Amino acid sequence: MSNLAIEGQIQRAPNRLDLKLLNYSITQLQILVTWFKRQSGELDTSGERKVRTEGLWVKCDQCRQIIWKKDLEDNLNVCPKCDRHFRIDARTRLSQLLDENEYDVFDSNLSSTDPLKFVDLKAYKSRLHQAQEETGLQDAIINAQGKLNGRSIIVSAMEYSFIGGSMGAVVGEAITRAIERATETRMPIVIVSASGGARMMEGVISLMQLAKISAALARLDEARVPYISVLTDPTTGGVTASFAMLGDLNIAEPGALIGFAGPRVIEQTIRQKLPQGFQRAEFLLEHGMLDAVVPRKQLKPYIARALEFMQQPSDGSRRSSA
Amino acid sequence: MSARAAAAMAAANGRETVIGADFLLSMVEAHWSAKNGDASKMESGLRARQELQKIEKQITHLESAAGQDEETRQEIHQLHERVNALRREVSAHLNAWEKTELARHPQRPYTLDYVERIFTDWSEIHGDRGFGDDPAIICGMARFHGEDVMIVGHQKARDTKQKVYRNFGMPNPEGYRKALRAMEIAAKFQRPLFTFVDTPGAYPGLGAEERGQAEAIARNLREMVRLEIPIITVITGEGGSGGALAIAVADRVLMMENAIYSVISPEGCASIMWRDATKKDLAAQALKITASDLGELGCIDGVVEEPEGGAHNDHEASAALLDAALQRHYGELKGVPTRELLASRYNKFRNMAQFFHAEV
Ligand SMILES: [Zn+2]
Repeated sequence: MSNLAIEGQIQRAPNRLDLKLLNYSITQLQILVTWFKRQSGELDTSGERKVRTEGLWVKCDQCRQIIWKKDLEDNLNVCPKCDRHFRIDARTRLSQLLDENEYDVFDSNLSSTDPLKFVDLKAYKSRLHQAQEETGLQDAIINAQGKLNGRSIIVSAMEYSFIGGSMGAVVGEAITRAIERATETRMPIVIVSASGGARMMEGVISLMQLAKISAALARLDEARVPYISVLTDPTTGGVTASFAMLGDLNIAEPGALIGFAGPRVIEQTIRQKLPQGFQRAEFLLEHGMLDAVVPRKQLKPYIARALEFMQQPSDGSRRSSA
Repeated sequence: MSARAAAAMAAANGRETVIGADFLLSMVEAHWSAKNGDASKMESGLRARQELQKIEKQITHLESAAGQDEETRQEIHQLHERVNALRREVSAHLNAWEKTELARHPQRPYTLDYVERIFTDWSEIHGDRGFGDDPAIICGMARFHGEDVMIVGHQKARDTKQKVYRNFGMPNPEGYRKALRAMEIAAKFQRPLFTFVDTPGAYPGLGAEERGQAEAIARNLREMVRLEIPIITVITGEGGSGGALAIAVADRVLMMENAIYSVISPEGCASIMWRDATKKDLAAQALKITASDLGELGCIDGVVEEPEGGAHNDHEASAALLDAALQRHYGELKGVPTRELLASRYNKFRNMAQFFHAEV
């Protein structure tokens, strides 16, 4: 029926029903493709089950409402109905945080040498190539320098769609360089995490990135340059167990999954179901692990306020509210 | 030593650098495969080591018998060098999964076994001052050849009750916080720090998450980098990811010959990447987790030899070998001014694991 309306004799603009039906078919296809990928040995980086279409409509995985994609984008990719914070890519993140979406990208030319020559069901090299093609990035990170409410700042944003945002030698080096740049220029740094943790295919090389980044953070700390860690959905494993938990302030988006071990591993270890809301941002806040849970819309003003506290003379002469 | 092996050695000896350990190894391999047929690789590996042991004994014997004849001594010395290389090769070629099993061997010496044998005046300190005491990590003051030192290490156990008490060597956040507290005491009073790593990983439990496992590990990584005392770490058994690294940011990181150090367990990797936990041997190989792998990747500063067949065979000998290594490394670090020490620790980790290229 919908096919008829769309293909053939369209004598009217497609209505809501047509679009809904189309959306439904695409969703079906999406499921099929996901299944196919899984069978052909693709890494499932989507984490939790989330049905999103590439069309004009998006279905919220929390409230199940169908949302006009434009509405969602205008709302910073937060569901207007239920406030579910959808994952966003690194570029979108930068555009939301930095003034006028203007910034310089640096360290974008680094790429992995596949130190272990790792091959499982598929060669790591080909996983890398595929991720590079799909994202247009060399690895799971963008380093940027721009302005946040007029203040020069460095932002390192992780790209979850690049092999689950996992951290290997490139991500480790890029983040370290961003921290070093902040230390040298005394510009504050914000690191936005979105990562499943260390990149298994780089083995112990990825583990050593934790030490490397933490070392750079010790120097940043000594230089008293502000570092705000923003934890987004999801932030787990070696990323949480290093830089993501070492901010002067550690803040997270609502509902973000944050933890050391993944929920499945914990379930298998303790052999019981995990409580509702376990490892969500609100849970961590309650347990004293976060300074704040900040909705996406307030993220930029929150960071600006914090940097004011950390950077401006304490006599109040330059208070923006004066 | 068989005639073929001897001939191989003589041949290799004559041909200098071109044919070295690889050739010898292939000869030894041929030798025991002829003798043992399709014996398992583990079996043949052990046999090769026994064979090597015999050869080494013979060399020692020859050395003492050689007397003052300079030429003979020189020749024996060269022979010895080659056998040493061969020994390292054989050890390196023990399959990574076999090494994993050795690293987890229930009779392998644990931290307290080493403490007992290498240190004196052990005096344990407990608690993180915030939540509790974690028996999976032990901390304490001790003396190392007369000098006051601080010890921090994972602790595993052998019988069921003790295993549960030690949580199989898997620390909770309070364990890492206790460790940091001990490290800071050591730094305050300028005593060197020795850490012993042997853990499957930080405990993935409910309470651990509630109390901030990730934060506890992260803080240790940052603080160890700037701890103003010499730090020596030994990976004695399992170096399980972040849970190991959290007490292993050191001036010298040594690995026992059969220890492993990995970002994930071979089983965990196999079930994720191969979707089949039984592919653990493939995963172990692919992950490059053995001491020789880590050495090649530039992630450790030295490998400590173990007695024949593995540390579990002889705790005394293992401790003696480790003691010698610790003395040597501590001796090198001891006189280094703090500033220099911290700078080289920083640079070591800053420049470690740099596997990327920059396109222009
Ligand atoms: Zn919704």
